[in-house]
Amino acid sequence: MFDNFPLWPARASTTAGNVDALYIFLVVLSTFMSVAIFVMILAFAAKYRRRPGHAAEQIEGSTILEITWSVIPFGVFVVIFVWGAVIFFQERTPPRGATEIYVVAKQWMWKLEHEEGHREINELHVPVGRDVKMILTSQDVIHSFYVPAFRIKQDVVPGRYTTAWFRPTRPGTYHLFCAEYCGTQHSGMIGQVVVLEPSQYEAWLSGGGTTGSLASTGQALFQQLGCSTCHRSDTQGRGPNLAGTFGKPVLLDDGQTVIEDENYIRESILNPSAKIVSGFKPIMPPFQGIVSEEQLNALVAYIKSLNQNPSGAAGSPTLLPAGTQPQAPKVQ
Amino acid sequence: MNMATVVNPVTERENYLNQEYGVRSWLLTTDHKRIALLYLASITFFFFVGGLFALLIRLELLTPAGDLVQADTYNKLFTMHGQIMVFFFLVPSIPAVLGNFLVPLMIGARDLAFPRINLLSWYLYIIAGILMMHAVLTGGVDTGWTFYTPFSTAFSNTKVIEAGLAIFVVGFSSILTGLNFVVTIHRMRAPGMTWWRLPLFIWSMYATSIIFLLGTPVLAITLTLVIFERAFHLGIFDPTRGGDPLLFQHLFWFYSHPAVYIMILPSMGIISEIVPCFSRKRIFGYSFVAMASIGIAVLGFLVWAHHMFVAGMSIYAALIFSFLSYLVAVPSAIKVFNWTATLYKGSITFSTPLLYAFGFIGLFTMGGLTGLFLAALGVDVHVTDTYFVIAHFHYIMVGGAVMGYLGGMHFWWPKISGRMYPESLGRLAALIVFIGFNLTFFPQFILGYLGMPRRYWQYPPEFQVLNVLSTAGSTILAVGYLLPMAYFLWSMRYGKHAEPNPWGAAGLEWMTPSPPPTFNFEETPLVTWEAYDYGNIDLPKEVPVER
Repeated sequence: MFDNFPLWPARASTTAGNVDALYIFLVVLSTFMSVAIFVMILAFAAKYRRRPGHAAEQIEGSTILEITWSVIPFGVFVVIFVWGAVIFFQERTPPRGATEIYVVAKQWMWKLEHEEGHREINELHVPVGRDVKMILTSQDVIHSFYVPAFRIKQDVVPGRYTTAWFRPTRPGTYHLFCAEYCGTQHSGMIGQVVVLEPSQYEAWLSGGGTTGSLASTGQALFQQLGCSTCHRSDTQGRGPNLAGTFGKPVLLDDGQTVIEDENYIRESILNPSAKIVSGFKPIMPPFQGIVSEEQLNALVAYIKSLNQNPSGAAGSPTLLPAGTQPQAPKVQ
Repeated sequence: MNMATVVNPVTERENYLNQEYGVRSWLLTTDHKRIALLYLASITFFFFVGGLFALLIRLELLTPAGDLVQADTYNKLFTMHGQIMVFFFLVPSIPAVLGNFLVPLMIGARDLAFPRINLLSWYLYIIAGILMMHAVLTGGVDTGWTFYTPFSTAFSNTKVIEAGLAIFVVGFSSILTGLNFVVTIHRMRAPGMTWWRLPLFIWSMYATSIIFLLGTPVLAITLTLVIFERAFHLGIFDPTRGGDPLLFQHLFWFYSHPAVYIMILPSMGIISEIVPCFSRKRIFGYSFVAMASIGIAVLGFLVWAHHMFVAGMSIYAALIFSFLSYLVAVPSAIKVFNWTATLYKGSITFSTPLLYAFGFIGLFTMGGLTGLFLAALGVDVHVTDTYFVIAHFHYIMVGGAVMGYLGGMHFWWPKISGRMYPESLGRLAALIVFIGFNLTFFPQFILGYLGMPRRYWQYPPEFQVLNVLSTAGSTILAVGYLLPMAYFLWSMRYGKHAEPNPWGAAGLEWMTPSPPPTFNFEETPLVTWEAYDYGNIDLPKEVPVER
């Protein structure tokens, strides 16, 4: 019906329907409230227009009415708040085992890298029905990764990782927009997300030549930069053994505990002295300005691949509710 | 309803306009009414500069391709449209013009508490305005009015420091105005003018002044940090120098969200004056309307991070700011319900100011309700940074604040100028503004939900139909704004002379001649009645305007 004059974009992710349901509820509620107020104003204006012999009746107010029209809207607001929050928590909690894609934004393009090592620019191929987690960072200014058909948006902030996830439900080609103003060609920083049937996706994957998986690139870098001389796979190294540490709590020398997430690894490479693991000395040199964002992503992917049990050991103490990803890292 | 027309009172009687003549008498005046007119001229100038930029933006967006202006030019246009409209028009508009003119008159004072500081704040505004125009004319700024870092501090090649300095200075103009109002309202009320007898416009000015005093310094600090980082390469917001870009957003919105209430509270005050007058009734729930203003001013400080739900903030922080945003919606709803209830059993005259008030209530309601969409976390993720947000805040800041401002200008124009504007043209203009506004901005809600991001110079072709509607509406809106400008100017020379109280309104400002004498009142008034006591004060039972 609305093919020529759509009121919402295509629904192509599991989130889209949830967001639209709340949106439609809000549209109906707002229409009802607006119409109610407009009708009352117009009705009063017509009925009580000035006429000879009719003076206004002075009414001071009514505390009961004031309480009524404060409490009822508040109750409705709480419902909307909870509903919106539930959707948001789903949107912000990547499911375990999601395929990870590393995204580096720069003025004015999107560079995307698959775990398998495929690199794309301004175009992202994903299979239908699979959870995809984006790990986003920017090389320069703030950008924002926005796919209207998936109803997801996440700012891409320089100096840290942010994450977003989606599960495509319908094959097709959808807009990828930059939604945070980023300079001259902001409106040119657009691309497309191509959602393929799984078989087509496999064909696509086998088509492009790669230089190996992202983690293997990271492993090579790990050797090349000399990381492996201290971060050894035994307990004799001058730096902590990194095997199996991702996603687990790390005890620092000031007694604090942090979860080792992507942002922690990132900070520990760029500015190692910011957080020192308990029992080690601050001897690692900073790599700020030495490794590029892409190299950093490869290193992070490699360190994550060292986990025997990728979702974190069962029973280990965690500081966050199961499944949540720390979003606001205490960088700097 | 024909009242006997007094023959040419202006030429016979000395008033604030004819007491002195010459440029000096204006530039060195300490009369709050003359300073209000200085502000009126200045903000009108900036309104038309900002409006011109808006029209160029809309013309560029008529077609999907970026063809009218270059990308960089477009980026400068929306940046300077925002900066000029927010900092040089909307924030000072009602407080510095109508507030300046009316606060002493409404409370029965001879002037503001600090007349020279009042003049100083206008001069600060002018210095800032010159700086801003210099930045505009020598290359412009392209950071967006929000100055987001690290783009503004490390990447933009435009006049960021100069524009930042201009806004820094204009902020002090606001602070001084706020200070003046707070002291005046506390210390200079006429005998008998207790807090609970204050007109609601005064309550809203008081609430606005609190935000001026507490919020604006944070803006000044934030801009100083931006300027320092840009000029001296300090690492405050730039992550490559160890700074944090989100820190900037927290600081910026800590002022800039309350600034929305700086724009809307004064308009709410005006509506609370107009609705009782033209329905000949006291306002419904006076104390609730008054306290709602204070409630908005206080709660408005606690919701800033709802601008940052997708910025990379903690999801738990987002939860708190979403909840608090719903809290601040309650006092706004209270006001709308009370204005509506005031009409009940009134005796209503559809004069121009009331038409603007109706327009305000309608558009503010829609702006407020779409705010519920944006405060809902799950929906905000999709619509933030799209045209949905653009439409929402224009409903509040243009549909709300500017409608209120125009309503107030029509309501008090007889008092300010001593002349009546042409009533039928006034009603026509109100209608044109309402239609033009909705045609311009309603399509943008749909555009935003479809996914068109804001600040786009070119866009995918499927968005064109709605953009054409919006551009068409903006030309109608422009006519609606030019019309009052023209007939106000016309009326200054040819308009009918105004009675002291042409609307038969309650309020001390109507108990002195139009235009008022320099010292406002021949003798200090003694207040023995409640505000808007249309049932008991000796006032005409109908609005005595000729129809």
